[in-house]
Amino acid sequence: MPDLGPHAIFIVAAYAATFVAIAALAFFILDDNRKQCRLLAALEQRGIRRRSAQTQAAVPKPRSERKRRS
Amino acid sequence: MISLANPTRFLNLAGSVISWLAAAVLALLGIGLYLAFFVAPPDYQQGETVRIMFVHVPAAWLAMFGYVLIAIAALGTLIWRHPLADVAAKAAAPIGATFTLIALVTGSLWGKPMWGAYWVWDARLTSMLVLFLLYLGLIALWQAIDEPGRAGRAAAILALVGVVNIPIIKFSVDWWNTLHQPASIIRAGGPSIDAAMLWPLLVMTLGFTLLFVLLHLIAMRAEILRRRVRALQQTQVERAGRGLRRHHA
Repeated sequence: MPDLGPHAIFIVAAYAATFVAIAALAFFILDDNRKQCRLLAALEQRGIRRRSAQTQAAVPKPRSERKRRS
Repeated sequence: MISLANPTRFLNLAGSVISWLAAAVLALLGIGLYLAFFVAPPDYQQGETVRIMFVHVPAAWLAMFGYVLIAIAALGTLIWRHPLADVAAKAAAPIGATFTLIALVTGSLWGKPMWGAYWVWDARLTSMLVLFLLYLGLIALWQAIDEPGRAGRAAAILALVGVVNIPIIKFSVDWWNTLHQPASIIRAGGPSIDAAMLWPLLVMTLGFTLLFVLLHLIAMRAEILRRRVRALQQTQVERAGRGLRRHHA
């Protein structure tokens, strides 16, 4: 680390403030993402699905795919 | 681009690029910090305090970039009713607000040793403060209205009204006599900074920009999931209501 001179405190404070702000933002976004994933998984586990997902489940799979699976 | 209008496709694509993007951000910011502290020389006038520039300038650029992104997304919401436009705008607001706050705080910490004051009511500083308040207003508006469609349209109108502040920020140093230095990178005659400082600045700016994109993708994912959760919870309530009616009949 170079000698930051008489104003070192301002330089260190600027980088520290940047780090804290970005870390807090990243934590907030990642935590929110995890929370929404958990909520969605809990709802789907209770059998509540989106209409598009229900439609996909109701439509029979093409014959070729069924053969491959069996 | 049109295929990305589908939120499910967007989620899949975002999921596949996030880890690569995170690696690129770490590498670029690591190299950028090394260049900023060990390679870039002190300025002949500002001395070592010029190192604050390597976080201040990228943060200020992203503060404006974030708002322009929101304004473009606002057009998508109001004109084309793009399914991801409102999601993109809402997800960008807290990120843009954070980078604006970083620009204000680091600028203030740079101003004190150079100008002798943490804050002056200078055109550039004041217009940046207005940008921060606009971001807070947008976030508050999204929080205040429950229905995402209505909230999105109201926020889009506010975002488009506020976009007039962006050229004011950019040209404030040319239009008014300010303490803030004039543009030194994006200017008619090319950058006026020495290459020894310009390269670390460009690497840090690229690293910060990719960090913005990374956080934005994750925040957009969270917002799409939040809307799905909301829709499923409504389905659950409707089902419960129907069951109750059948029970009473």
